[in-house]
Amino acid sequence: MAVIHDVMPAFDLYQPSSAGAAQKLLQQYGPDAWVMAGGLDSFDWLKDRIKRPKVLVDLSGIEELKGIRTTGDGIEIGAMTTLTEVVSNPIVREKYGLLAQAAELVASPQIRNQGTLGGNVSQDARCWYYRAGWPCYRAGGNICYADTPTGRNREHAILNAERCVAVHPSDSAPALIALDAKFVISTRDGERVVDAEDYFVGPDIDITRLNILRPDDLLTAIRIPSTWAGAKFYFEKIRDRNVWDFALLNVASAMVVSGGTIERIRLAVNGAAARPLRLKAVEAAVRGQTPSPATGEMAGKLAVKGAIPLQFNAYKIPLMRNLVKRAIGGVEEAKWES
Amino acid sequence: MGIVDWATSPWGRHVPIHIAWFLIWVAAIAGLFFMIVHAIYVRYFAEPEQFAGAVSIELAARVPERVPRHSLAARAFHWLMAASMFTLLFTAFLPRVGVRFDWVAYHWIAGTVLTISVVFHIIHASFWLDFWSIWPDKADLEDALRRVQRFMGRPAPPPRRFAKYPLENKMYHGAITVTGLAVILTGAFMMFRVRTIFFPRNPYLFSDMTWGLMYVLHGLAGVGLIALIMVHVYFAVRPEKLDITKSMIFGSMKREFYLEHYDPQRWPAGVAASSTESGGKGTEI
Repeated sequence: MAVIHDVMPAFDLYQPSSAGAAQKLLQQYGPDAWVMAGGLDSFDWLKDRIKRPKVLVDLSGIEELKGIRTTGDGIEIGAMTTLTEVVSNPIVREKYGLLAQAAELVASPQIRNQGTLGGNVSQDARCWYYRAGWPCYRAGGNICYADTPTGRNREHAILNAERCVAVHPSDSAPALIALDAKFVISTRDGERVVDAEDYFVGPDIDITRLNILRPDDLLTAIRIPSTWAGAKFYFEKIRDRNVWDFALLNVASAMVVSGGTIERIRLAVNGAAARPLRLKAVEAAVRGQTPSPATGEMAGKLAVKGAIPLQFNAYKIPLMRNLVKRAIGGVEEAKWES
Repeated sequence: MGIVDWATSPWGRHVPIHIAWFLIWVAAIAGLFFMIVHAIYVRYFAEPEQFAGAVSIELAARVPERVPRHSLAARAFHWLMAASMFTLLFTAFLPRVGVRFDWVAYHWIAGTVLTISVVFHIIHASFWLDFWSIWPDKADLEDALRRVQRFMGRPAPPPRRFAKYPLENKMYHGAITVTGLAVILTGAFMMFRVRTIFFPRNPYLFSDMTWGLMYVLHGLAGVGLIALIMVHVYFAVRPEKLDITKSMIFGSMKREFYLEHYDPQRWPAGVAASSTESGGKGTEI
């Protein structure tokens, strides 16, 4: 059971000044090491004394992991770039406004000043049973306390649940998937680049992690290709209060409309499953269609196909249906016909 | 470092949650160690097999060229069970050693296949096969004692030829029965913890302690099966056992192998009865 303490349990603090040095530390200490970016996820775990790493590797002093650079084909954002920098960067705002919109809706200004893009996509699940230190599946136990007849699961998954029903809490993740971003990971075998959607894993594949990072891996940068620069973007986040709250659901889409029909589209939602979901079936269904309310309605219905509500989160099904409808058909046509 | 991982439940109780996963390696190493020791023993130290008495020429003359051993139904059961058992082991333990895939659905489907095949086997063996042929009898124990005495260098008559199943087979069957039933029974209840097509999830079926013990028993039997199946495969591919293995594929074994190792009095398989002994009826095999 979580007990808030005034001080964190003791650990050895390392503050490397280069990504290479950080990588070496992670290789040296493996699962005993804890990687800290902005600290907004880490300090919860540490102050609650639920996670007790022997070594903490603080990345805040690594300048090479910070900043936004233009590349031959788009931009590269260092994993330690703060969300405020992402939001205020003129190139991001001009060409990749979807990410700026998503990042601007993360938590509060203070948190965005401290929180990083790498940390936002790599943060752990916010299920309170898990965060409270109960021995659930995600914590290595044999039960999901949220997926019980009386479990409090209003914020939990409606899709792709497999034993654990926690959802991924990131706002920037679906935007990065919609922008076809690539995640750059430094591993012991060298650099590895993966598609944004492949960075995340569900409980069916690994119930104890939300992403593919192994203990000695380090997310160093996120590359956004120019493929979707200047496309028609849509991001919407639904939460219980308008600041400093995690999404109940969010949706991100990047669309290229040509001759009145959808030529290309990438669409992702988060808060529906343990990983941000790219809705490929919906993308395929609306390609070549007009971005109309009718198309949005069809897309919304398709998006929630297979959804299984828990005791207290059935509202997420119409919510997701409407969000997808709005992402394609537009906000002004939000009225649901059936 | 214990063999069971414990946790504190939301109600403050200290409950087991599952076995310690290092036991996977313990079982695998134990199985490997047994195989190495046995192979060295057989290669360098074992005496040639000796059996008491000899099969009469008259009896031997009535043994056909191929001696029927396993019916088609029995063989089908064996290989179906083997396939489901391997699937269960791989889906259970590969994720624990770092191979990530969507294993839960495959695991409970394979468990369902195993359960159905075992139920079939119990019924088939009880009513259509010689049920008692797989359980140790007095002759097995006497012969085992003789073999131990001879191994220790003490004077003892050679053991008799085997019945249908040697004592080692019977003991292995017993061990598989215990571990197999343990994983099946606990696994059937554990299916209440995941979404299947059979019944609605009900994590409140038992207390946290009972669930924990069930997971531990499932895990212990599971890692036990790792060693048992390693040993089983090892014996199946040993040269001196290949005739037995082939009989599980083709249903019968060579006449020479049968006469060398088996006692037609104890396992009269394929021995055609003379008209004077059976009144003209053939002996059921």
